[in-house]
Amino acid sequence: MMPRLPIIVFALVMAAIPFIPGVPPFWIVLLDNIGLSALVAMGLVLLTGVGGLTSFGQAAFCGFGAYTTAVLTTAYGVSPWLTLPLSLLVSGIAAVLLGLVTVRLSGHYLPLGTLAWGLGLFYLFSKLEFLGRNDGISGIPPLSIGSLRMIDPGTIYFAIWIAVLLCALLTLNLLDSRTGRAIRALRRGHVAAEAFGVQTPRAKLLVFIYAAVLAGLSGWFYAHFQRATNPTPFGVQTGIEYLFIAVVGGAGYVWGGVLGAAIVVILKELLQSYLPYLFHGEGQLETIVFGILLVTLLQIAPTGVWPSLTVWLPFRPKRKRPDTSLVLPARIRPAITPDVLLQIDHARKQFGGVIAVNDVSFDVQAREIVALIGPNGAGKSTTFNLITGVLAPSGGTISVLGKKVGHAAPQQIVKLGIARTFQHVKLVPDMTVLENVAIGAHLRGHAGAIASMFRLDRADEAKLLAEATRQIERVGLGDQIDQLAGSLSLGQQRIVEIARALCVDPMLLLLDEPAAGLRHMEKQQLAALLRQLRDGGMSVLLVEHDMGFVMDLADRIVVLDFGTKIAEGTPQAIKTNPEVIKAYLGAVA
Amino acid sequence: MNTTIMLFLLQDGITNGAIYALLGLALVLVFAVTRVILIPQGEFVTYGALTYATLSSGQVPGTARLALAMGIVAFGLDLFAGRRALHAKLIARALAIDIVLPAAVLALTIWLAGHHSPIGVNIALSLVIVAAIGLFLYRIAFQPIAHASVLVLLIAAVGCHLALQGFGLVFFGAEGQRGPTVSDSAFIVGPLRFTGQSIAVYAITLALIAGLWMFFGFTRMGKALRATAVNRLGARLVGIRTALSGQIAFLLASVIGAVSGILIVPITTLYYDTGFLIGLKGFVAAIIGGLVSYPLTAIAALLVGAVEAFSSFYASNFKEVIVFTLILPVLVLRSLAAPAVEEEKD
Repeated sequence: MMPRLPIIVFALVMAAIPFIPGVPPFWIVLLDNIGLSALVAMGLVLLTGVGGLTSFGQAAFCGFGAYTTAVLTTAYGVSPWLTLPLSLLVSGIAAVLLGLVTVRLSGHYLPLGTLAWGLGLFYLFSKLEFLGRNDGISGIPPLSIGSLRMIDPGTIYFAIWIAVLLCALLTLNLLDSRTGRAIRALRRGHVAAEAFGVQTPRAKLLVFIYAAVLAGLSGWFYAHFQRATNPTPFGVQTGIEYLFIAVVGGAGYVWGGVLGAAIVVILKELLQSYLPYLFHGEGQLETIVFGILLVTLLQIAPTGVWPSLTVWLPFRPKRKRPDTSLVLPARIRPAITPDVLLQIDHARKQFGGVIAVNDVSFDVQAREIVALIGPNGAGKSTTFNLITGVLAPSGGTISVLGKKVGHAAPQQIVKLGIARTFQHVKLVPDMTVLENVAIGAHLRGHAGAIASMFRLDRADEAKLLAEATRQIERVGLGDQIDQLAGSLSLGQQRIVEIARALCVDPMLLLLDEPAAGLRHMEKQQLAALLRQLRDGGMSVLLVEHDMGFVMDLADRIVVLDFGTKIAEGTPQAIKTNPEVIKAYLGAVA
Repeated sequence: MNTTIMLFLLQDGITNGAIYALLGLALVLVFAVTRVILIPQGEFVTYGALTYATLSSGQVPGTARLALAMGIVAFGLDLFAGRRALHAKLIARALAIDIVLPAAVLALTIWLAGHHSPIGVNIALSLVIVAAIGLFLYRIAFQPIAHASVLVLLIAAVGCHLALQGFGLVFFGAEGQRGPTVSDSAFIVGPLRFTGQSIAVYAITLALIAGLWMFFGFTRMGKALRATAVNRLGARLVGIRTALSGQIAFLLASVIGAVSGILIVPITTLYYDTGFLIGLKGFVAAIIGGLVSYPLTAIAALLVGAVEAFSSFYASNFKEVIVFTLILPVLVLRSLAAPAVEEEKD
């Protein structure tokens, strides 16, 4: 839940500003500009701060929005309100085309790639005849409702800030939803998100389009506010400035975008108007001071101003406990006719000359706990990655319920009812335990991005959160439910991963070293939980180094050494197997 | 198309491409070692070029004063960072590099002003001035936030670019400048006329590429830089001073930028803000090279130069559009063969 009161107060204050007697009209112009920048920055917050995709090209999307309405209203006499959806559509389509190419690139390619097409588009705007080349297009009609023509900055002010507030609300709604969790996992947890069915390329494209549409909206306003367009405000320099705004305000926070817009716009204005007095009209001093201030600001507050401010807030937004009486329908599971859930037949994985997994075969039956053990480097985690589709096998077959799943993606494996945890914990550290665990139930919810933005997803969302809460309580972390996942101990984080996997409602649970970092009592609780799950009909395949834990718990043990299976059998048989003793203790022993 | 024109365009393209190659290499180098996407690379080019041009016209370039000013700030930061363990050696070293060196250079430029100093002296002075600026830039702007995310470093780089470009306008004015050529000789092969200057461009580019290759392949310091690039923490644990690696990377990048600037300023008129665009074309080459491979970057740079030359002949209006969208097909190819994207840790 987001706090409603501060937003309402903010809206009222913004609405009152133009009516305060004595406010210079010039301030209103500044506020208009802040609103226009805030729209673009909000998109960047989602794209860059939350999604981890840095873009220098947002100004070009403003250009698409502005030029679409400029051409249609001046050359074809279309009403500005009709061009609004078209402007957004054109920006969106441009984003799809550019996004398909760029979003798959990793961290540093992306900003450079966006820089390149941002420049390319700027030169395109300034060379095309029908866009008026460098002179641009003038004589764009103002926005009007009935007889009210929004010519002066004081009237368009309301339109702009209503748009800013609406977009902020929609964005916040989006982030606080099933789709939003997928987006927030993009930057620092996409491997785990994919293991729970999140289509990360699609989520990236979604935020890319979302940010572009917001930029297009800003461009559309700009065209009707200035009543003219030219290529200059849509170049890379402006694109860079939008990125500043987002980073200075706080790249991970929607309101950081608005605050950043205010800081940067006002700072630039102050520098432009006062520096010449201080230094007697030496040109371009403002860029020097602006650049130096920016670097200094980043050194003082590398995460932006907004998070530094919210620390001082007297109230904390409180989350309501989800209503655990809501039931998420169980996953439809196929009948387990043969008793074999998972069959691994001569699976093989080579990394160059290293054979990490060498023709390993074993199976997991229904209602069974199988342990995969072996010294370090035996190929246990690689086997896990082969089963869950993180790695493609070089040879052999892996079948689930009799069906081969050779090169399936992680997203398809989880649909079969196989959920996993990771050896190196993969939680999103700046999301709460509840939100992290809810990612596990991603495939069991259905609400999309648009439904989330308009809060039509609440029924779906409540069930997801209820399920997540139940699983968190089941693993015994009910008290930590609202803490940030990154603040838990490593052992607790592993347990959170188990809760997340349980949210899949799996038939087979793959646990990679679940007991590492746990204390004795916690290990016993974990063993009890796993036994209870088995008795409930679930199978467990686990990798573990704690022999006491494994021997007590497992029904069957598979031993790997240097990628090859050297033994398989009951704990009793494994304890006395000479091959296993040799592998663990060396030949002499 | 006629062969002569084609050869002319190709020659032009290769000359520009060689410069882009140098800048692309510097960008790859800095990014690999410090994770900074060096937007101010273009300023190193203009500073090098215009400092050289200003020195050649017998004046004192403002960059010499800037170097001293930045040196004083860097000295303060050095003292502040080392305040818990100050000892004479540290202070002496900081003093020598941060203050004595730029002060001596400034004194020399003032003394030389008005005389017609030889080209070699001017080039050397320009290089030292820009190198000092590059070094201090890392010390002041990036070393304190060396562990920040790539995004924050990038924004800081943009801030540096703005500030340096602003200083560029103050120092050199809005007018374009040209510098004297290194050599006036020229010879003709078939239809093509090779000037001494273009030969110098090729030779110096090749020499620098070979030099970098040897530096990174065979020297201790070069290997230390590569180690920093692969794993900062690991490098620190084995005793490599990563701050020093960063400073050296910036030093190299600024020298490379300045060399590029000095090489082209006799051929084209440079303005205080030209560097940005030149630097960006180096970027295009570096991206095509994948930000990791030096030879690929060099080849890509030649390609960029050639495409630019041909498109400026056939569709001069859309020259920049073509050069900058050249990257898109490359990105498509890269994304088709995209390896698993690493997760960001910060």
